[in-house]
Amino acid sequence: MNLELVVFLILAAAAVVSAILVITRKNPVTSVLYLVFNFFIIAILYLFLRAQFIAIIQITVYAGAIMVLFLFVIMLLNLGDDKLLKWKLNSKRTIASLIGLVLLAEILYYVVNFVSASSLAPGSESMGTVGAIGKILYRNYLFPFEITSILLLAAMVGAIFLAKKRFTEGSDGD
Amino acid sequence: MIPLGYYIGLSAILFTIGVVGVLTLRNAIVIFMSVELMLNSANLALIAFSAYSGDPAGQILVFFVIAVAAAESAVGLAIIIALFRNKLTVNIDEVNVLKW
Repeated sequence: MNLELVVFLILAAAAVVSAILVITRKNPVTSVLYLVFNFFIIAILYLFLRAQFIAIIQITVYAGAIMVLFLFVIMLLNLGDDKLLKWKLNSKRTIASLIGLVLLAEILYYVVNFVSASSLAPGSESMGTVGAIGKILYRNYLFPFEITSILLLAAMVGAIFLAKKRFTEGSDGD
Repeated sequence: MIPLGYYIGLSAILFTIGVVGVLTLRNAIVIFMSVELMLNSANLALIAFSAYSGDPAGQILVFFVIAVAAAESAVGLAIIIALFRNKLTVNIDEVNVLKW
């Protein structure tokens, strides 16, 4: 058992525990903070896989921008201590958890039987750098990249429109 | 070296936690966080396959997934704000106008 594997197992355990804490905490602010922790661990795992550019994007966009948006919305809504939102085990939830376990068993079955690669591909050390990703992105994937900018613009307009408008019954909302 | 199966297994576990979160929770914001968890686990699987097969296209796909996730969370949170303005709750059990 080498050092890399030990570090990976510690990180994986921390990722799983923080993910479970995300869905079991009562207070959404606590959930967001555990989710940020989880995203940081996944960014470290990206560095293990030599995906440097994606690791930085993960920290700046996910752990930075998106999670700040989440925290901002939670604080804007100012949800009180809502007793109804408490996580409580009943028959419906037990069935849902069982479905989840079946899904996990299915995926793990395929992983154990069909995923066999044991080392990184040669040349993958320099594959995830900003330069390498930029070259591929602007040569082979230029059109999808431009479409993404239109998508982000549409999302921005839609978000402002939805959050600004006050819907009332019997009016067009203008 | 770490075998590829470990990364995919971790990705599967995180995805399952996200699925269970979506199925069991009632707070719309935390359900949304579970969706982000699932997106992240899919990204982890894509990066792992990309690194172990030596194909950088997987990393480009993750880049697009992150861009789309940013758009999705902006619109989704705006919908949650609009929902809260109308119903004064984010409990999805109380939002049943479209329920059959």
